[in-house]
Amino acid sequence: MKLKSLALATCMASLPFAALADGHSLKVGMITTLSGGGAGLGIDVRDGFMLAVGQADRNDIEVVIEDDQRKPEIAVQLADKMIQSEKVDVLTGIIWSNLAMAVVPAAVAQGKFYLSPNAGPSVLAGKGCNENYFNVAWQNDNLHEAGGAYANTAGYANSFILAPNYPAGQDALTGYKRMYEGELAGELFTKLGQTDYASEIAQIRASGADSVYFFLPGGMGIAFLKQYADSGLEIPVVGPAFSFDQGILQAVGDAALGVVNTSQWGKDIDNATNAQFVETFQAEYGRLPSLYASQGFDTANLLMSAMDVADVNDADAFRTALQAADFDSTRGAFKFGSNNHPIQDIYVREVIKEGDVYTNKIIGTALTEHSDVYAAECKF
Amino acid sequence: MSMILLAEQVLNGLQLGIMLFVMAAGLTLVFGVMGLINLAHGSLFMIGAFAAAAVAGATGSFVLALIAALSAAAAVGALVEVVVIRRLYNRDHLDQVLATFALILIFSEGTRWLFGSFPLFLNIPSYLAGPVSLPGGIEYPLYRLTLIAVGLLIALGLFLLISRTRLGIQIRAGENDREMIAALGIDISKLYTIVFAIGAGLAGLAGALVGAIQSVQVGMGEPVLILAFVVIVIGGIGSIKGALIASILVGLTDTLGGVLLPALFKQFMEASAATSAGSSLSSMLIYILMAGVLIVRPTGLFGARA
Repeated sequence: MKLKSLALATCMASLPFAALADGHSLKVGMITTLSGGGAGLGIDVRDGFMLAVGQADRNDIEVVIEDDQRKPEIAVQLADKMIQSEKVDVLTGIIWSNLAMAVVPAAVAQGKFYLSPNAGPSVLAGKGCNENYFNVAWQNDNLHEAGGAYANTAGYANSFILAPNYPAGQDALTGYKRMYEGELAGELFTKLGQTDYASEIAQIRASGADSVYFFLPGGMGIAFLKQYADSGLEIPVVGPAFSFDQGILQAVGDAALGVVNTSQWGKDIDNATNAQFVETFQAEYGRLPSLYASQGFDTANLLMSAMDVADVNDADAFRTALQAADFDSTRGAFKFGSNNHPIQDIYVREVIKEGDVYTNKIIGTALTEHSDVYAAECKF
Repeated sequence: MSMILLAEQVLNGLQLGIMLFVMAAGLTLVFGVMGLINLAHGSLFMIGAFAAAAVAGATGSFVLALIAALSAAAAVGALVEVVVIRRLYNRDHLDQVLATFALILIFSEGTRWLFGSFPLFLNIPSYLAGPVSLPGGIEYPLYRLTLIAVGLLIALGLFLLISRTRLGIQIRAGENDREMIAALGIDISKLYTIVFAIGAGLAGLAGALVGAIQSVQVGMGEPVLILAFVVIVIGGIGSIKGALIASILVGLTDTLGGVLLPALFKQFMEASAATSAGSSLSSMLIYILMAGVLIVRPTGLFGARA
């Protein structure tokens, strides 16, 4: 039943969403990952975005959705097509940093607005920032910095840290070390896409660490957590929310229970927008929303808040309206810093079980009103 | 580095190698006997894992899940052989690669259509969970020891099948001269379907066994497929014995390289750079091994034909 309604929702949402266009309508091009290994993230962003658009019930917004298959060259082709033949005003949707780096600089150089619902590579926050590029999620380092800050408050003094050997993995460990004040029991780079962590777990066991911090997104995190739980190690594990989102937790099962993770969003953040979002998302799609869905939802609401006060053809006015971020975020307080990246609280969550469903509960705040270190390098 | 850690890493390498063997055995049989490059072997691995996850979810029994994985993958393998693969035997390798690559895409999107885009849950049964103490004070997960034992049993079973049974004689004969055994009255197309189904079933079983400690998701088979091809090239195409030795060699090289190289680099480099450089080099190590073997023995360790 759940499967059926999920499939139905997916079918419905993948139809091009065409509203009646009048003279002032705004066209959004969404390029996101809907097939292949990382499809769960793109589907969540799309569903969150379309939920907000549907709830606003307005006829001046049109959304074109395309699947980038997680391939940079396809994302670039889609962006060209959307800008040149679809004539979109705003682009959004990209999940992965390498795809964002391939698409965003060219798109904003052509005067389009880009709202990032997920990826936040450091270049786009610092030296390569652009006044038309807005990040509605986080800068890539943020959740890892929160991990380091949490380790300090939890009293960890000897962490073992590991991440895959690729740019976001190296950024992750750098972000953790930026905030973390203790010693390192070990530092490991694993292979990207690695599925067996027996060797790493043996090294953790031998290292005498008092805590483990790992950044292993997607299937890598599932494999690591299951194998870690089976190894009998009792050292506490901390990670960013990417390994503990709603889509992944059900596949990890009991192995994730009690694990602490850092996130800018949680379904129990207490505000009216978030409560309404969680409830309507569940009713619409038959599953709990993930942080990616909340980011898609916030992106759409930010966009529509700007449409209410400015016309997209007046780029300066529209940009000012976006910068104001005058919308009700699922995260509560939300504003943009000088580089158009969020200034927001980052929370500490713990994995719990509600009935049959594994989910997260917020247990504290790691960083308040946190920005990023790259903002200083950004000059529009 | 302590001896306990080293011993544990050797066990890890052994376990990785044995699971690679179960995957590669089917691939090398199909390649050796039928002369077919089957890129969709990784999809059969995935089908096994998904079948196991579905059955384990419905019944709660891990044994039933393994049986389901084996039979689902073998059934899909037989079906694919009859519908698609059969038309490819007389084509060149490029056509086979294209057709079986298309199968990967069809199976991946088909699985997503059936099961959705989110990873499935498949866990170790409670009676195999947790670590056991081995002599020498090593704490090692029981499930991984079980994997080593199951893999060795499969190796023994395959060895007996190939060397002691009538089917095995036919397989070996088919490998050497397919026209001749057809002329002797053996139904070669039936033989090929059986060989393909055996290979597929083994891949499915490996998928289910490994899926319990990894992530059951669309596309999980492709990374393993690359390693399996490395194994059969090192071992010599068509040789089960070669596949066994090569997969253990690859498993040990991969695991021990990943541990020892960064440690070695730390002797004369700064820690963070050593980790990064060591990891990069260790991920190349099995390909260097493959290149080395091919220079010395161009047909692989146990390859019969040039």
